[in-house]
Amino acid sequence: MTNLKKVPKSRRARVIAEDAESEKYILWLFVTGNLPNSARAIVNIKAICEQYLKGRFELEIIDIYQQPTLALAEEIIAIPLLIKKFPLPEERMIGDLSNIDLVLKGLHII
Amino acid sequence: MRKVTKSKVTNFRFPKSPTGIRGLDNITNGGLPKNRPTLLLGNTGCGKTIMAMEFLVNGITQFNEPGVFMAFEEKIDELIANVKSLSYDLDKHLSEEKMYLEQIQVNRDAIVETGKYSIEGLFVRLEQAIDNVKAKRVVLDSLDTLFYGLDYLTLRSEFRRLFSWFKDKKVTAIITAELGDAFLTRHGLEEYVADCVIILDNRVTNQIATRRLRVMKYRGSLHGINEYPFIIDEKGITVFPLVSEGLQQKSSSLRISSGIKDLDEMMDKKGFYVGSSILISGTAGTGKTSVAASFAFNVCSNNKKCLFCAFEEAPNQITRNMLSIGVKLEPFAKSGVLTFYYSRPTLQNLELHFIAIRKIIHEIKPSVVILDPITNLMTEGPNSDIRSMLTRFVDYLKTEQITVMFTAAITVGSIERNPSDEGISSMVDTWMMVQDIEVEEERIRSLCVMKSRGMAHSNKVRRFNISSKGITLSPIVRSDKGATGDSKRNIKENKNLSTVSGSDEFKETAR
Repeated sequence: MTNLKKVPKSRRARVIAEDAESEKYILWLFVTGNLPNSARAIVNIKAICEQYLKGRFELEIIDIYQQPTLALAEEIIAIPLLIKKFPLPEERMIGDLSNIDLVLKGLHII
Repeated sequence: MRKVTKSKVTNFRFPKSPTGIRGLDNITNGGLPKNRPTLLLGNTGCGKTIMAMEFLVNGITQFNEPGVFMAFEEKIDELIANVKSLSYDLDKHLSEEKMYLEQIQVNRDAIVETGKYSIEGLFVRLEQAIDNVKAKRVVLDSLDTLFYGLDYLTLRSEFRRLFSWFKDKKVTAIITAELGDAFLTRHGLEEYVADCVIILDNRVTNQIATRRLRVMKYRGSLHGINEYPFIIDEKGITVFPLVSEGLQQKSSSLRISSGIKDLDEMMDKKGFYVGSSILISGTAGTGKTSVAASFAFNVCSNNKKCLFCAFEEAPNQITRNMLSIGVKLEPFAKSGVLTFYYSRPTLQNLELHFIAIRKIIHEIKPSVVILDPITNLMTEGPNSDIRSMLTRFVDYLKTEQITVMFTAAITVGSIERNPSDEGISSMVDTWMMVQDIEVEEERIRSLCVMKSRGMAHSNKVRRFNISSKGITLSPIVRSDKGATGDSKRNIKENKNLSTVSGSDEFKETAR
């Protein structure tokens, strides 16, 4: 008991993250209606997920026109915004996700 | 036809949103452009946030227009605490749902750019915030934070969109931004924001900092184009618009006694005009302050309020010293008829002194203001500025029908060269000179009225006596009266001259 208490919090978090690596990716994509950037982002993220994360992702597309309170809750300014909620650490990417290398880096796939 | 178009032009009034900030509405002829964005530029510590906040708070308290404040730099609780010192109770406005505050964080490190994007998220949040409180006024403070976080070219076009969006939303907006090095040209903001641009500045001259405001651009409206000093104190912002003065001066024919019977005699036996400006100049130790104190004493004795601005001596020193000539100022100071304003001239800029004095004038409404001595203030800053500032200050006093008396210390040498005291004697109505002169190998004080507009004043140089009973004037007496006096003095002067030139010659030859 005493030993476990002494493990620093950051390390504990890492342990959990490692355990979860085999788990599903949880991705949130914030868009604004079907403005060009948003439409492109949706197409791009779907393609990336199909190619690299087949069967192990949960993608949620959120329209902040419909749910404006989430814009405040998630501190959103730039749109489209992709948030990798899981696995940790959380990552944020803005833009239409057309630079696939950067997206993969951000998702820690490559 | 021509007549019709003419009346159309004159009848049109540009819709404006009053700021409620003292002075600013005068400069802008009624406020900021209504339902349009105004750009408020300035360096760090200029008072941008406070000015923007005052615009919102006044909107709520004075014009019943709710407001939204989007803070990019400060945390909400910090912002509330910071403006509490200015007596803005934001908590109250927030709970009454008249105001909405939101912090917007931009964190560069946490963001990867993967392609094209817009700042529509900000629009959504703004819209929500505006709808929340049915806001008519919006502040974005400040835009620069966005530039540090996001792509410049994207932002440029997005801001263009934002500004026209404000117009569609029918809100009056203030957007603050850093002035920086060539900010305007670098970001090109002024091209499209451009309904109104106000620049704040905090400049240090002679180690004295002064805040200034300038309306650089105001589409579709006349505005004051100068730089105006402003101060931030516990009551908020006060801009000091000096242009508006001097138009509605009233000229009174009422008179006010100088408090020195013999001096009144010299001026139609009545004294000064009410609301006029009086200058007493003279070298050190000639009794300028004594004349001013006698005037103050007389004003107070008639139960009228007097403001004595002392820039050289502390108030208690003046009261003590004047006791020696039988002028008892202390009871008046205690009862509040006489107010002292004491400040070191070097403490702040001359304009700020005037602002401070003006505030006191507003509070106590004196009928007489005394500035002793004005020349001490003149050391601070270039001469032409000071003269124009003084002129505007005197204009202001005249519109308020306040009699003002300045004293000016001049050096002996400057009497011959330029007796007009940095040119201020030309702007005053009554000018008196006190001087040490030599009569019969004795130094005596003298007083003469150099000019006094609108009255028949004496041209005589009078002997100026200061005794424990006050000030009296008497004719200058010479030991042998009559016609011989002049000739005798002439002889004496000639003798002096010849000895002086003689000694010069002597020196020449000695070398």
